[in-house]
Amino acid sequence: MQTATQPEHEVNYLDYKGKYKGIFAWIFSTDHKRIALLYMYSMLTMFVVGVALGLAMKLELIAPGKTIMDPGTYNAVFTVHGVIMIFMIVIPGLPAVFGNFMLPIMIGAKDVAFPKINLLSWYFYVLGAVLVIASVLFGNGAPDTGWTFYAPYSFKSGTNLLPAIFGAFVLGFSSILTGLNFIVTIHRMRAPGMTWFKMPLFPWSLYGTAWIQLLATPVVGITLVLVALERIFNIGVFDPALGGDPILYQHLFWIYSHPAVYVMILPAMGAISEIIPAFSQKHIFGYRAIIVSTLAIAFVGYFVWGHHMFTSGMSGTAQYTFSILTFIVAIPSAIKVFNWISTMHKGSINPEAPFLWAVTFIFVFMIGGFSGLVLGALATNVHVHDTAFVVAHFHFIVFGGVGFAFFGAIHYWFPKMFGRMYDKVWAKVGWAFFTVGFLTLYSPMFYLGMMGMPRRYYDYLPEFHAGNILSSLGSWVMTFGLLIVVINLFRSAKNGAIAEINPWNSKTLEWTVPSPPPLENFDEIPVYGEKDGPYEY
Amino acid sequence: MEHVAQHSDPHYDQEASKLGMWLFIFTELLLFGGLFIVYAIYRFLNPEAFQMAGHELNITIGAINTIILLVSSMTIAMSTSALQKKNKGLTVLLLEITIMLALIFLINKYFEWGVKFDHGIWPGSEHLLNDMGHGEVLFFGLYFVMTGLHALHIVIGMIIIIVALNKVQKGTVNADRPSLLENAGLYWHLVDLIWIFLFPLFYLIH
Amino acid sequence: MENEKHHIVPYKVYIYILVALVVMTFMSIGITKINLGEYSVLGAMIFATIKSVLVLTWFMHLKFDQPFLRIMVGFVILVFFAVIFITFLDYYYR
Repeated sequence: MQTATQPEHEVNYLDYKGKYKGIFAWIFSTDHKRIALLYMYSMLTMFVVGVALGLAMKLELIAPGKTIMDPGTYNAVFTVHGVIMIFMIVIPGLPAVFGNFMLPIMIGAKDVAFPKINLLSWYFYVLGAVLVIASVLFGNGAPDTGWTFYAPYSFKSGTNLLPAIFGAFVLGFSSILTGLNFIVTIHRMRAPGMTWFKMPLFPWSLYGTAWIQLLATPVVGITLVLVALERIFNIGVFDPALGGDPILYQHLFWIYSHPAVYVMILPAMGAISEIIPAFSQKHIFGYRAIIVSTLAIAFVGYFVWGHHMFTSGMSGTAQYTFSILTFIVAIPSAIKVFNWISTMHKGSINPEAPFLWAVTFIFVFMIGGFSGLVLGALATNVHVHDTAFVVAHFHFIVFGGVGFAFFGAIHYWFPKMFGRMYDKVWAKVGWAFFTVGFLTLYSPMFYLGMMGMPRRYYDYLPEFHAGNILSSLGSWVMTFGLLIVVINLFRSAKNGAIAEINPWNSKTLEWTVPSPPPLENFDEIPVYGEKDGPYEY
Repeated sequence: MEHVAQHSDPHYDQEASKLGMWLFIFTELLLFGGLFIVYAIYRFLNPEAFQMAGHELNITIGAINTIILLVSSMTIAMSTSALQKKNKGLTVLLLEITIMLALIFLINKYFEWGVKFDHGIWPGSEHLLNDMGHGEVLFFGLYFVMTGLHALHIVIGMIIIIVALNKVQKGTVNADRPSLLENAGLYWHLVDLIWIFLFPLFYLIH
Repeated sequence: MENEKHHIVPYKVYIYILVALVVMTFMSIGITKINLGEYSVLGAMIFATIKSVLVLTWFMHLKFDQPFLRIMVGFVILVFFAVIFITFLDYYYR
């Protein structure tokens, strides 16, 4: 395989000077690498807001009764926390940052298929974020319906729903265009010789994800439009007083929002599938099985949405259909876990930060996954639906899943993206505090939920006090870990030691280009030969 | 800038352009699909009311509009062949006809909705809320939303076709670089496809 | 691989397709005048489906495009119908 030459004279993407100057060189750039960083910085900004809202909630919940806010405020806080975290953090998630940065390089391309549309995706992201923030700052106050916007309250609430709904709609466009771009890129721009089954697993995960972004997002788009029309025109589509059915809203909402969680987790799993072989210095176990599992999760994931609605009033037939499909969709994820562990077996383990994040990903993802089985079984669901148990479940699987994978990915690809290495000791310290804090924050919620503490309530019975104190403490430890991680990365981007071209001895194509990469990634497009492959250790 | 050998232009990939357009069409199908799901459920739950309300719509105008869109699909499809045959004059003429037909469709729609408004029927109107049963309220709610969203797509389609027409006239869209016209055509056929289903579901309930 | 670029559909093929579409439009109006009870929606839908297949295959050029495009279209339609079917499992059995 021809590798790219390393021209000393060629400018990297960070220093490249094109048509525009200053900030415009970034916000008008169609370079996928710059767009990836634009996403990263805007997402980090929104993440800080989301974390602040989360900390505020934990502070309120540290004692029964009112602690720092009124019940109405609490409702708005958990709503905006959810809207930000879901629509602005975990759904764009790894695709927006690492998909944009690494996908073209990993398949041997100079950019994505439609670079201008890529930039447009980011513009939609910013517009959507601004609209959501506007809904908080202006008008009758932040929406208080929960991020799920359930009817009929979503069209009866006096709070500022319309800008929030419109913001979510615009964010949906961002997601759709990213998915569209990635599908065409993967179909049309793989390097010569890189057949589908020589493509690395992270691009494969982006492919499966992109189909979900494409096919599911429009459904929530039209649903939100209907809620807006209900608010403005009283069309009656979800209003029982006019013949509408609120449960139909829930169907339409979850027809998107369940596949959306696979948008969140599949790229995360893809990143793990890159980290583990590199840090075990071993070929991934079951390459094809992971691909099939990825596609199976994407496909079956379309048909399980009703497990969010078991207690809503659906028919019995619908309930047990969704329940059995939910159990089936768990299987491919389990296959991936077996494959990752089998990859590590008898490998040469490099216990640096990316590997630590990957291993703890597997741990928290499995806890989240098992708790999902409790929720997926009808009899147990009745007890824990709408309790803190659910909150624990989705934070383990979504925050645990996407969060740990994101941190693993940033520590893995950091040297390539910035040309420098972070401080490895601080990276591990940050990881340790974060992990301990995360587990302390969310584990008690399983117990509290089983004992009957409802979710989305700002108050609770005295018997839940101790668990809540522990949980709130965990939130501070976790945030402390977050700060260490983020500060370490920022400082290292400026002052870290210059990184070698392939510090982890990984075999995928991005490690053959200079760190940081030049504008068009490759001097010459690489050609994959018979014996080449992404995991040939 | 050279205009020979554009098929070897590394930045122009016709297949990628076509694939991208089809993927976008899939999103539109699912967007309208959500509304069709709502329609299907509420028609299932309110069969007589939907039938009664459906009688208020004028089959003749609906049929005329259907034919108009079908013809316009043909004319834009023909225009892609004309472009391939390097017959610029015919291409332009066919696109102009397509745009005219689209305009007539919109004018018909304007009158149709006008009649409804005259009868006091619009989303949230007093007549609707006070005098009509639940099923009829839902029917008209869906009618306005679905035909309204469809009409919006007709307007967007017209704009895209006008842009394509403009570029055909300038020569930047031609037999070697037909993607913009072909993709405009795909979008227009999508708009036609949606109406192919809207027509029987709203106008032909008996 | 690029043969669809060289295949130009003759104008009269498009005209034939239009004629078929118009005929089926009238037939779908006709079929709803017959009282088929529960199945009246099915009659009109069958014609609509055939019309859409004609539009997809000829006007939208799928017949002359690469097979994977046809597979994608079929797949998307399949997913959509599966979603409707499952939603009806709720409403039909309440």
